[in-house]
Amino acid sequence: MDIYNKSVVELSKLLNKKKVSSLEMTDYFINRIKSFDPKLNSFITIDEDHARKQAKIADELIANNNNNLLTGIPIAHKDLFSTKGMLTTCASKMLENYTPPFDATIVNKLNEVGMVNIGKTNMDEFAMGSSNESSYFGVVKNPWDLKKVPGGSSGGSASAVAARLIPIATGSDTGGSIRQPASFCGLTGLKPTYGSVSRYGMIAYASSLDQGGPIATSAEDCALLFNKIKGYDKNDPTSNFNTDQDEVKLALKKQDTKNITIGIPKEYFSKDLDRNISDIIYQSIEVFKKLGFNFKEISLPDHDYTIPAYYIIASAEASSNLSRYDGVKFGHRCDKPKNLEDLYLRTRKEGFGKEVKKRIMIGAYALSSGYYDEYYMKALKIRRIIRDNFINAFKDVDYIFAPTCPSTAFDLGEKSSDALEMYLSDIYTTPVNLAGLPAISIPVGFSNNMPVGMQIIGNYFTEANILSIAHLFQEETGWHNRIPEDFDHE
Amino acid sequence: MSNWETVIGLEIHVQLLTKSKIFSSSSTSYGKDPNKQASYVDLGMPGTLPVLNKSVIRKAVEFGLAIDAKIARKSIFARKNYFYPDLPKNYQISQLDLPIVEGGYIEIKDSDNKNKKINITRAHLEEDAGKSIHSDENNCTYIDLNRAGTPLLEIVSEPEMQSANEAVSYMKKIHSIVTYLKISDGNMQEGSFRCDANVSIRKVGDKKLGTRTELKNINSFKFVEKAINYEVQRQIDLLEEGKKVTQETRLYDENKNITKSMRSKEEANDYRYFPDPDLLPIEINDDYILEIQKTLPELPEVKAQNYKSNYDFTDEQINIILSNSEITNFIDKILPISKISAKKLINYFISTVYIKLNKENLNLLEDDLKPKDFYMLIELIENKTIAKNNLKVIIDELWGNNKDISFIIEKHINENANDDAELINKLIKSIVEKNDKQVKEYKNGKTKIIGFFVGQVLKEAKGADPSGIKEKLIKFLDSI
Repeated sequence: MDIYNKSVVELSKLLNKKKVSSLEMTDYFINRIKSFDPKLNSFITIDEDHARKQAKIADELIANNNNNLLTGIPIAHKDLFSTKGMLTTCASKMLENYTPPFDATIVNKLNEVGMVNIGKTNMDEFAMGSSNESSYFGVVKNPWDLKKVPGGSSGGSASAVAARLIPIATGSDTGGSIRQPASFCGLTGLKPTYGSVSRYGMIAYASSLDQGGPIATSAEDCALLFNKIKGYDKNDPTSNFNTDQDEVKLALKKQDTKNITIGIPKEYFSKDLDRNISDIIYQSIEVFKKLGFNFKEISLPDHDYTIPAYYIIASAEASSNLSRYDGVKFGHRCDKPKNLEDLYLRTRKEGFGKEVKKRIMIGAYALSSGYYDEYYMKALKIRRIIRDNFINAFKDVDYIFAPTCPSTAFDLGEKSSDALEMYLSDIYTTPVNLAGLPAISIPVGFSNNMPVGMQIIGNYFTEANILSIAHLFQEETGWHNRIPEDFDHE
Repeated sequence: MSNWETVIGLEIHVQLLTKSKIFSSSSTSYGKDPNKQASYVDLGMPGTLPVLNKSVIRKAVEFGLAIDAKIARKSIFARKNYFYPDLPKNYQISQLDLPIVEGGYIEIKDSDNKNKKINITRAHLEEDAGKSIHSDENNCTYIDLNRAGTPLLEIVSEPEMQSANEAVSYMKKIHSIVTYLKISDGNMQEGSFRCDANVSIRKVGDKKLGTRTELKNINSFKFVEKAINYEVQRQIDLLEEGKKVTQETRLYDENKNITKSMRSKEEANDYRYFPDPDLLPIEINDDYILEIQKTLPELPEVKAQNYKSNYDFTDEQINIILSNSEITNFIDKILPISKISAKKLINYFISTVYIKLNKENLNLLEDDLKPKDFYMLIELIENKTIAKNNLKVIIDELWGNNKDISFIIEKHINENANDDAELINKLIKSIVEKNDKQVKEYKNGKTKIIGFFVGQVLKEAKGADPSGIKEKLIKFLDSI
């Protein structure tokens, strides 16, 4: 049964034609995880019983023709999406033994359409990281080169999908955590407009930036999943009614492209960017030009302020969001606390890893009296300026292309000792989060045998169109179908 | 007279009367088993998000309109960060910049009985914390999160009160407004209405405020008065001994009638307030405010004028009637049916029920004392069926008992009252004939109902010997 290399769309056809059952497909991917994942460490939890139970239900739905395109398809969730009755650790010692009593809205919606949840993927602890090296459960490796990082924080999801251990996975993107690992692993990852997808049950890192979305091999697959997870949720006051409109359809036709202008922001192609990556992106732009798209150089100024503003805002929110992990109600509790202060101090000292502690401290500092105006308020102002710069740019062009990362996947350990260097790998992705815009990262080529990703950034709630543009490109090219050699077999 | 001047500002926490909590759908009702009214949101479970209960906005706006304040067209929630076990998220959702209500004022009487305006700085919405119950016996602390997330309106006054008396008048006025508007039940024993008092003193004539202390969580008018008086004297003693007042938070110990230090400013938290990213700004338009303005109930000021012109009540009487909506409702139920002079009625009320409410820190609910029962008692006193000095005892017996009033009255009948045997016999006959239902109950063995008949007879007979009546009634009932 040679199906590991199939897309969700193709697998769905097999299920529909009863060529294979969901249970068979589920067992197939579970076996694949068992044989390949020891090399990658992309999963934290695999729940075979749960998966088989869901697969049987899916097979019944298919038998009764009550299915849709996602029914019976195996999926894995990033380990920050709450799964009722299934461990949800955030890759932290703090939540090592935490089993949520409820499902995140995303998980619930996908359960309802009959997807099969095989387990939970590894990630940077509390989604804080760009290399998946901060996980309490160990680093995740990049299937394209096991010496390299898969990116982060959704590194487990990206690694697992790239090695075809699972056809599709969820991720979350606060400063690039879907797009950057998708780029490092040669995948397609969508970060939706802030508010398109409910955050309920997604364990918060930075509430005003976090957004869940799909990581898959193709734009087509991302669109399938996005359609089922988007929409207003009464449990999330920041979710938006706008997304309840029509199903996303990949409706863009070649004849439409001549009316579309795409902006290339010159600040994103400066000396920070690896020359090879720049060349590869310009080669792919040639493909888009042949498809009929128009291109124009634009400016997105104040780019240099993005990273400081992002790290202040995200850390400030995180310092408050992570206060609840105190050993009182759930998660890790230190042994025999002497008193309340001891309980707090030791629980948090033992439960959180280094990167998490660092960000809590940065955040608490930025919010403390005397520094608030200088740091937090200033960061909010920069955020507004960056958003306004995008809004202005979208008066001139319809979409913006940009590199996803300044480099391809780096070596394990290469940047883990230099925080600033690590933070700079998010330089092209964080502005999108600060502005709350949707963006997709698609593979556009290889540099030194490692995948290169490019972002298509759209105006608010234009997911359908950016997915469509990505799809047109993927119909012309084969980058998204490439599979790392070590994993390209049964 | 001392040459010190007292300066007091109050922060009153009013629990808003809503069915569900401010950010979750759990019930807000009081007295349930611990942690039975705490949802995943209230517990601060990872991934949960607050969803604003819109009815709290309406209540805050009603309060703002009642004190003539500015209603913020845009207001935002902020997180106040501090660690405490009964604060599940370790931050409290509150408002700092852009509170929903700003400005406004109320009027109280100062010590010379002149009207004095007290300005209100702001009123903002926030969630309450849970409760920590410390057990010395088991050497541990229990956490009950039923209260966590209960909506509060925190009303902050300017430091414009100059005595404990003024502070109490201010607090009573606010209490009467919020109970009037029915935005709170104002129940002080259950903590629905509690206050923090900022107290400082300065030399008479000084412009600069003295160092203040904050007295936390006082939940009765009496204690506010005692706590402030104690604290003022403590500060005077310190300064007169040449010592300094330390800026700190103090707790009032009601048993010892002292205040004691809780934490000093140095130990005070830096709350690291910032806008809560989980909640969108609250935007209010003029139409919404106009709509609320139209449905606002009659406010105490207007009612006061009506009382004055309709019944000629004194200011003191009016203040008492308007001190909370329970009392107003009670009195308003009696006045229209009363054949006794309204002033007399109020005096009876004040000398008995009102004193009891204050002394025992009680609420006046329908279940505690029915207005028509109280009125009946006054009638019986007026026609000398019962002695005036028995009134208090009867009310005590009646309170919260849900007993039939006749049953209790029976024991207190004026023994000198005349006993017109013939009249009584007639009355017995007619009353028994009129009350088939009760007769049936009596016949079915519910002999206690005899009290009902006694009461009815006494009401008509205006002061007969109760023991005789009871025997006659039994005899008559048994004979039919």
